[in-house]
Amino acid sequence: MNTLTDDSRPIFLQIAEQIEDDIIKGGLPEESQVPSTNQFASFYQINPATAAKGVNLLVDQGILYKKRGIGMFVTKGAREIVMKKRREQFYEQYVIKMKQEAEKLGITAEELKEMIMKGEE
Amino acid sequence: MSKVVDIHNLTKSYGKDIAVKDVSFSIESNKICGLLGRNGAGKTTIMHMITAQLFPTSGDLKIFDERPYENRDVLNKICFIKESQKYPPNFCVHDVLEVAATLFPNWDQRFAKRLLKDFNLPRKRRIKKLSRGMLSSVGIIIGLASRAPLTIFDEPYLGLDAVARNLFYNHLIEDYADHPRTILLSTHLIDEVSKILEQVMVIDKGELIINEEADSLRGSAYAVAGLATKVDAFIQGKKVINKPHSLGGFTSAVIMDTPKFEDRKQADLLGLNITSVSIQELIVHLTGGNSQGKAVELQ
Repeated sequence: MNTLTDDSRPIFLQIAEQIEDDIIKGGLPEESQVPSTNQFASFYQINPATAAKGVNLLVDQGILYKKRGIGMFVTKGAREIVMKKRREQFYEQYVIKMKQEAEKLGITAEELKEMIMKGEE
Repeated sequence: MSKVVDIHNLTKSYGKDIAVKDVSFSIESNKICGLLGRNGAGKTTIMHMITAQLFPTSGDLKIFDERPYENRDVLNKICFIKESQKYPPNFCVHDVLEVAATLFPNWDQRFAKRLLKDFNLPRKRRIKKLSRGMLSSVGIIIGLASRAPLTIFDEPYLGLDAVARNLFYNHLIEDYADHPRTILLSTHLIDEVSKILEQVMVIDKGELIINEEADSLRGSAYAVAGLATKVDAFIQGKKVINKPHSLGGFTSAVIMDTPKFEDRKQADLLGLNITSVSIQELIVHLTGGNSQGKAVELQ
């Protein structure tokens, strides 16, 4: 059984993010077929309607498209769309939080910069 | 979408005791719904009325657009697996399934055989020699293989171990995907089933207190914890659904709301932690004895 880890957010959003992650990592190349909603449902043990909602969210954003009678496919250029979206979220989700925690611990902006550079080595 | 179950102002009372009080809800076709609540909340009574085994004291209900009482067309479409379903004690498992096969028009014998194997049930064992968990498995097999357009499971897994429960969820989802039908499930293991439910109904003391899409219930409450004085300041004007716990100078409170950006900011400023609340915790808080029963508005 596979579990979606986050209990506080709607499952359909988590399904959509899972698919986006796979697109970024290359597990789902452009123009490749995405698993069916029923496959998602039994893999994650979730309601098929919920899985469909997650997939349809990505269709609305032009990341997936439907081939009639065959299934869902990754749109050409989907990776670029997802990367752009995720980059915009990166500042809000990670950078702001990091700065808040640093402030709480009395870490100065200089020290923070050093730490990030250290990670690069 | 058509409504499979349509209930209006349903009430059932036994003398002075009111078991079900003015309950109205409907279930659209091909959904998996959960009927949740504490022991004695009235879940089984509602299921008995849906399956025409009990008359309501007042109110109206339609199943497949018709009244279910002595209505063969409707009752043929229903499979009801009761919490402690009795089978003839001298029958063996195989006999019970044979009888079930004649009762349900959509019965799939091959599917039943596969389930029998997966659940490790001995075909030739007599019902009276089965363990509690094995008896529950018999009910689950009948419920799934019946493929009834309306399948009702009332606490289907008394005594069933985690492996068998997992098997049940897997088979339910897979078979439902291939053969969509309406499923109504009552259970206490809320966290386990909340992922497979599309609609959640919560009954408390005979009244329907929640009727929502499962996914919108997720994240509809959060807990906040920290110094008691700070928590007190934070919860002003918010909907608190538990009686805040205190430990030393610390308190935690559960708030019925999705945390907004300002809430997180305010919590950060006050040095409070915000954590998520699962559907199970949420229902415990809403139906628990130590809360005020329902959400209270703080001034």
